[in-house]
Amino acid sequence: MATQQNVTQAPEKSSGSRQTTQRNESAMRPAVDVFETSDGIRLVVDMPGVSKEHLRLQTEANTLTIEGELQFEMRDGMEALYADVRSTLYRCSFVLSSELDISQIEAILKDGVLAVRIPKRAEFRPRRIQVQSG
Amino acid sequence: MFEGMWSYEHPLSAQIRRLEEELDAVFGSGTSLTGTRNIRSLPAGSFPAVNVASTPEAILVYLFAPGLDAKAFDISMQQNLLSVSGAREIQQEEAATYYRRERFNGEFRRTINLPDDADPERVEAKYANGILTIRIGRRESAKPRQIEVR
Repeated sequence: MATQQNVTQAPEKSSGSRQTTQRNESAMRPAVDVFETSDGIRLVVDMPGVSKEHLRLQTEANTLTIEGELQFEMRDGMEALYADVRSTLYRCSFVLSSELDISQIEAILKDGVLAVRIPKRAEFRPRRIQVQSG
Repeated sequence: MFEGMWSYEHPLSAQIRRLEEELDAVFGSGTSLTGTRNIRSLPAGSFPAVNVASTPEAILVYLFAPGLDAKAFDISMQQNLLSVSGAREIQQEEAATYYRRERFNGEFRRTINLPDDADPERVEAKYANGILTIRIGRRESAKPRQIEVR
C-alpha cells in the first residue's frame, strides 16, 4: 500500500536570496547613499571588512541584491569583550525602475566602500536640442 | 495617558527577543542591548562601529571605518584608555538628487576602556578593507604562570 507523505514546502525567501546564502544568521543592512544624476543612479555602500572575493552583486528581474561577507582576523582562543557588529553578513536589495539599464551596472570596491553606477538607458538621458536660427 | 497605547504585541517582538537572547548567549551580558553601559559608550549605530576581542596575549580592537586612508586616524592611548579619532569627508555630488544619505560624514572619535593589563608600549595598528585593527599587547606579568611543585 502506498504511504502518504506530507511534504512541507519551506517558505520561499525574498527574491534573489534563495541561492545566495544558506546561513540562518541575520544579515546587517549597510549604510547606503543613493543619488540620481542626469545619466543614472549611483549607490555608495559602506561594507567594511568585505573584499572583492566576498562580494556578490546579483540582479534578478528588476531587483539588485548586494551581499558581502565580512572578514576580520580571528584567532583561536579569542573572546569577545564588546561588539557593535554581531553579524558577518551585509545585505541590501533595491528594486530598480525600468529606465535603468541593469546590464550596464558598474561597481568598484575600495577600502570597504562599494560604489555602484547604474546608467539610464540611452533614450532616457536628457538630450540637448540644438535650436537653429533663421 | 499614553502608556496603554503600546501594549499590543508586535508580530516581530518574539523574534526580536529571541535574537537578543541568542546574542547575549554568544557575547555574554557584558554587551547587553538595553542595560547599563560604560560611561564612555556611544549610542548604538555610532560611526565607526567597534568590536573588542581578547586573547591571553593581547587585546584586539576593530573599528569599522570604510573609505578612509590609513593616515586619517589619530590613535592615542593614555593609561588604559584607547582613543581613535579622525574625519570622513564625503564629497557631495553636484547636480544630484539624493534619495538616501545614511553614510556618516564628519568627525568621529571612539574611546575604548581597555583592561588594566593593556600595555601602551605594545600597540600596532593596520587598516585593510575598511577595518582598522589595533592590537594591544598585554603586560607580561599579568599572564598566569605555572608554578612548579618540587
